[in-house]
Amino acid sequence: MQYSEKVMDHFMNPRNVGEIEDASGVGTVGNAKCGDIMKVYLKIEDGVVQDAKFKTFGCGAAVATSSMATEMIKGKTIKEAMEITNKAVMEALDGLPPVKVHCSCLAEEALHAALWDYAEKNGIVIEGLEKPVNDISEHEEIPEEE
Amino acid sequence: MECYFDNAATTQVRPEVAEAMIPYLTESFGNPSSIYKIAQKNKNAVEHGREQVAKAINAGVNEIYFTAGGSEADNWAIKGVAESYANKGKHIITSCIEHHAVLHTCEYLETKGYEVTYLPVDEYGMISLDDLKNAIREDTILITIMFANNEIGTIEPIAEIGKIAHEHGILFHTDAVQAVGHVEIDVKAMNIDMLSMSGHKFYGPKGIGALYIKKGIKLNPLIHGGAQERRRRAGTENVPGIVGMGLALELAVKELPEEMPRLTALRDKLINEILEKVPYSRLNGHPTKRLPGNVNISFEFIEGEGILLLLDYKGICASSGSACASGSLDPSHVLLAIGLPHEKAHGSVRLTIGHFTTEEQVDYVIKEIPPIIDRLRQMSPLYEEFLKEKGEK
Repeated sequence: MQYSEKVMDHFMNPRNVGEIEDASGVGTVGNAKCGDIMKVYLKIEDGVVQDAKFKTFGCGAAVATSSMATEMIKGKTIKEAMEITNKAVMEALDGLPPVKVHCSCLAEEALHAALWDYAEKNGIVIEGLEKPVNDISEHEEIPEEE
Repeated sequence: MECYFDNAATTQVRPEVAEAMIPYLTESFGNPSSIYKIAQKNKNAVEHGREQVAKAINAGVNEIYFTAGGSEADNWAIKGVAESYANKGKHIITSCIEHHAVLHTCEYLETKGYEVTYLPVDEYGMISLDDLKNAIREDTILITIMFANNEIGTIEPIAEIGKIAHEHGILFHTDAVQAVGHVEIDVKAMNIDMLSMSGHKFYGPKGIGALYIKKGIKLNPLIHGGAQERRRRAGTENVPGIVGMGLALELAVKELPEEMPRLTALRDKLINEILEKVPYSRLNGHPTKRLPGNVNISFEFIEGEGILLLLDYKGICASSGSACASGSLDPSHVLLAIGLPHEKAHGSVRLTIGHFTTEEQVDYVIKEIPPIIDRLRQMSPLYEEFLKEKGEK
């Protein structure tokens, strides 16, 4: 198993690590049992994501996908933010080893969980956004190692 | 600084060992079964290697059988006894912290109508002799317990296990892959009937191992074919491998009186200083009954693979019991067996030192680890939660 240079860069120099104290939305996904937890903080003003921060417990790919996902969501409108898929995060990182694909799913879910929290707090409905599953890692299939 | 701290995974072949092997890869290439001179020389080389291995564990020369490695030796001992003694019974006792070469072989036998008892271990990874006695049945044919654990380094009470096995007329096999060449082993004094070893764990080459089989034990072959190894293990002998393993083991055993205390001191320095410098960390495995080169520490709130990547960046090679490192969801079966919760098992790192390790390297690793742990904790939502809860109290 080998990580791309981009994954290593985002692991070694993660962007947006931290917390936002007056966050508009906070989302946590994953669980410690499976070895991955991502917590995403979003600051949303006038329907635009002004800032994003994260904290992640997990492997190199979990940190890198958190870093990339928060980087990608910054400056986006909510509608644009909803278009950030796990595939888009993965492509932006020049791919992930098969056993690490679930990390990109977790990153997408973490963004959605934070957006859900924002929508609930503000009593709005975001088109296409579903209530986050608490433990997404229990529902996913781990691909066989090649 | 380059620090190879993963000697439990494999070791570097010692230069004098590599040098001794080269003639058997080049001019002295003959098949030991052939009749001409270059072949006969190789036959002698194989027998010399056998003598070296036998002497290292106080076995008879005719009790050593070369295999392709530790996994084959484990498979042969367990499947061989299962098959050869099936008319006596179909029950095997092992432990839940064995290497997969033993565990998966036992699981395979379960699909063939054998019953296996997997003994639990205590918080240090030690089996209980009472549990062992209680597990013994009329139809128990084999007890197979590892000499020392590959992940946490705990050394099992081998001589006592062997004694109990013999009191009940049961054969005793031990997977000693991590122990041979690293601690003193005497198969006679320790009541061992079969013992597996692997050349590349003690500065010999890969692809060569051996199974000690006490005289008188019947064991069907695992590999059928030619008449090599006294008709018990077919296949043209791995002559350079045998030469290398024999010399490597002879050197390791000869140097044990100096090497054991040297490594034990370095090991304890690593353990004590890391535990002192990094809060919320714990040692896995037994504090004293452990391999001289093994350190295994859990760091709370973080995950092992991240630690390994940052260590690698600093030139330090280590391994982890985390799920991410192995590509499955579950962390190491050994760490779970000693009672570690999943999240702590994920944050474990194994550092294994050896012949080439210097005190300078140990000091470097002690210096590099705390900032790496701190850096990952600053990123961890678990640590953030912990600090908040602590602050509220």
